[in-house]
Amino acid sequence: MTRISVTVDGVRYDDDVEPRTLLVHHLREQLGKVGTVVGCDTSNCGACTVLLDGKGVKSCSVLAVQADGRVVTTVEGLAPTGTDGELHPMQRAFHEKHALQCGFCTPGMMMAACDLLAENPDPSETEIREGLEGNLCRCTGYQNIVKAVESAAAELRGQRAGSTEEVPS
Amino acid sequence: MTAVSERPSGEVGAARLRKEDARLVTGQTQWTDNIALPGMLHMAILRSPMARARITRVDTTAASQQPGVVAALSGQDLAGEQGSLPCAWPVTPDMVHPDHPALAVDEVRFAGEAVAVVVARDRASAVDALEAIEIDYDPLPAVMDMDAALADGSDLVHGSAGTNKSFTWVLDSGEAGTGGAVDKALADAEVTVSRRYIQQRLIPAFMEPRSVVVDPTGGQFTMWSATQIPHILRLMLSLVTGTPEHKLRVVAPDVGGGFGGKLQVTPEEVIALLAARRVGKPLKYTETRSESLSAAHHGRDQIQQLDLSARRDGTITGFKVNLIANMGAYLGLVTPGVPILGAFMFNAIYKIPAYRFECTGVFTNTAWTDAYRGAGRPEATFAVERMMDELAAELGMDPMEVRRKNWISHEEFPFTTVAGLTYDSGNYEAATDKAMQLFGYDDLRREQDQRRENNDPVQLGIGISTYTEMCGLAPSRVLGSLSYGAGGWEHASIRMLPSGKVEVVTGSSPHGQGHDTAWSQIVSDQLGVPFDDVEVLHGDTRTAVKGMDTYGSRSLTVGGVAVVNACGKVVEKAKKVAAHMLECSVDDVEFGEGSFRVKGSPGTEKTIQEIALATFAAHDLPDGMEASLDSDATYDPENFSYPHGTHLCATEVDTETGEVKIRSYVCVDDVGKVVNPLIVDGQVHGGLAQGIAQALFEEAIYDADGNLQTGTFVDYTPPSAADLPSFVTERTETPATTNPLGVKGVGEAGTIASTPAVVNAVVDALRPMGINDVRMPCSPERVWRAIQDAKGGAA
Ligand code: FES
Ligand code: FES
Repeated sequence: MTRISVTVDGVRYDDDVEPRTLLVHHLREQLGKVGTVVGCDTSNCGACTVLLDGKGVKSCSVLAVQADGRVVTTVEGLAPTGTDGELHPMQRAFHEKHALQCGFCTPGMMMAACDLLAENPDPSETEIREGLEGNLCRCTGYQNIVKAVESAAAELRGQRAGSTEEVPS
Repeated sequence: MTAVSERPSGEVGAARLRKEDARLVTGQTQWTDNIALPGMLHMAILRSPMARARITRVDTTAASQQPGVVAALSGQDLAGEQGSLPCAWPVTPDMVHPDHPALAVDEVRFAGEAVAVVVARDRASAVDALEAIEIDYDPLPAVMDMDAALADGSDLVHGSAGTNKSFTWVLDSGEAGTGGAVDKALADAEVTVSRRYIQQRLIPAFMEPRSVVVDPTGGQFTMWSATQIPHILRLMLSLVTGTPEHKLRVVAPDVGGGFGGKLQVTPEEVIALLAARRVGKPLKYTETRSESLSAAHHGRDQIQQLDLSARRDGTITGFKVNLIANMGAYLGLVTPGVPILGAFMFNAIYKIPAYRFECTGVFTNTAWTDAYRGAGRPEATFAVERMMDELAAELGMDPMEVRRKNWISHEEFPFTTVAGLTYDSGNYEAATDKAMQLFGYDDLRREQDQRRENNDPVQLGIGISTYTEMCGLAPSRVLGSLSYGAGGWEHASIRMLPSGKVEVVTGSSPHGQGHDTAWSQIVSDQLGVPFDDVEVLHGDTRTAVKGMDTYGSRSLTVGGVAVVNACGKVVEKAKKVAAHMLECSVDDVEFGEGSFRVKGSPGTEKTIQEIALATFAAHDLPDGMEASLDSDATYDPENFSYPHGTHLCATEVDTETGEVKIRSYVCVDDVGKVVNPLIVDGQVHGGLAQGIAQALFEEAIYDADGNLQTGTFVDYTPPSAADLPSFVTERTETPATTNPLGVKGVGEAGTIASTPAVVNAVVDALRPMGINDVRMPCSPERVWRAIQDAKGGAA
């Protein structure tokens, strides 16, 4: 067992974990953060994507101990805290563009899209498609996901232009 | 019931954003794997590494002594409790239907078959202990090839059956069984085209792995399962395990995609139930992706021998179809029914005077096949749409002209096809004209000519697919006549709560189709209550007490109409209460926009909410009337529904590398009346992705020994966003005449139509090189080889 301290969605958690525990299992089973899901065992589907210190990672390919001392954002912490019911622009865009059906891929897809926009705030359709290559969706055919990411990008750019405040990624 | 549905207040048809999204985008979803019960144990499954072998010894002693292990069980341990897994569709009276144990007992028949389980304190301990189970296998030669399996002297998948043939099923438009009409047409034909197509094996690959939780506390069994069919599952589980049906509750919480892949009574569910019964504690099993790919059922996998006859002017005179359908090692819930559904679709939208379909179901040492998005109908549509292109090429006609020549025209509906179905409505001309225009057909043909003339290394191909499908898998009598073991009706109930809010309970159990939203729209219009005042309940056999579940594009066409019927009954009762309150006769009461009024006397009105409260309070009801305002209804349609459409695909094929790029994809679908255009578009997009995936990307591959070569997402590759184009999706609207909503269903249209559209486009690009077929998936390697072979042949 190894003691780790991870800040997840704004809350600090100190836990003992087995060294082999994957971050996704730590999140889901120990911390009850079940918004992040597992879709494969080969790091191919992207369903488990979270932000680790603001960077998108597949949490099934990161050990919990590697997250020690770092900050994790999951879908459950994506919206600004303290504003009950408010959605992050990415969540709103997925809803408004009907970018989800069963919703299983959705948390990972949105986290990957946030990571993409952090690096490239104004991506083309091709850049979005390529940027989300590591995330599989079986329901939507991706068209509306692309539209949602375009729309979230526009909104986030607007927010950045209109304010100097840090925008939650 | 029409009277009610013709009172629109505008919700039906509106692009309402989905209600269900709120929890899905915030991670508050209840997937089965999220469920954690106090004291819950975990189960892991040991699976056969071999395609075919005798099990000579299983020893679970060491495993059961591992830390944290509660039980380790073999097939032998459960032999007395596990009945054979069900097949609900015995397509012929003499169908060979071998025993299908949940846990293999003395022989394994495909790689991935479950052979033993461990129940332990946590998932890791359970998985660790699997390694301590000792099993001796005596390997046997695997039966992998369908043709070889049917040959005399073949090794047998089920020795006791004495054959690898499960059934032969025939549909013949001529004198029963003789094939006379079609053989005459072929013999007399001015032109014949014969082809053999392979429908490769596919894997549904829903994104949420299958998962099941069983709570046996107090002798009442509750099962949560990632299933499409909680109601059917409950009945079947009770039959298979001997658990009395009334002691069993099945819940499908949020389900992460199905596509037919979760339309099954799975060994995993049976084993979990039996194991929980043994240990007396709640337990959970969630499969890994590799387990899912090898052990959840597969789809397609047919060999199609096709013979088409026609006149020189393009008129089709006969179509003969010989199918070998791979059942895999066992029959699942509807395995034999899948190719039979296809039998009715090989004539597609065309007037074909003579038709014969013959299908042989064969066992091999592979995972069993069963429903996968479209189930039988994509295979049929592929065959006929490819053959239309081949006929056009043979005749030197434009492939669209051949289609126009043969299709059922707008004025001819209702039309009874050679396969015996009656298409109630359709307008193939309208959908096609619209699609051609959006696509720019003539311009693309000109560009194609130019590229051909210039010997451009990148050739342009144009693919057409004009399709229909039988949706709304329901009419109980028809299903009965096809030997299906159940009816196809659907159930709904409406509960008006005292405060005027509404709960609608549906027997249809969604997994991404947006029932909460669409049903709210329907109820809002029917009862005149606000959209947000409606709550949709489903997926729990305790609240949704009856149902036939979700598959075959039947949710809206059957389940949605059941909701309309239930609303109709509520309005009827409410009208009586209103008449009582307004002191007039029931015939004088009219209902609209949520209010009951005395005809011709404005100002007198009672809202449906007031009536709900009055009916709940029950202080002053008409004599003999029961309190509370609710209703129950089922709907069993008289006919299937027949959406149709035209899909056009332009591909750029690099003749040097074999790479295929979809340059544009246009489809015009006619799904009848649309309840929510947003949801319809989404379903079409998803369907297109799956159909295109069959054309270009996906194939489940076994090696000669029966090892699955595509057992992970590294090898079995559903397309990503980067692999697919954007689509142009438009509609025409020809209402169904057989249900009061006029709806036809949309879940499978995209999948059915797109595979032939894409492959036709690939072949069209290569036809000048003398190529008339590329086997699916048309990967760069396959296309490149076809080109090399053609060059070799020409040299
Ligand atoms: S679960 Fe992590 S990539 Fe699939
Ligand atoms: S919405 Fe179902 S997998 Fe993406």
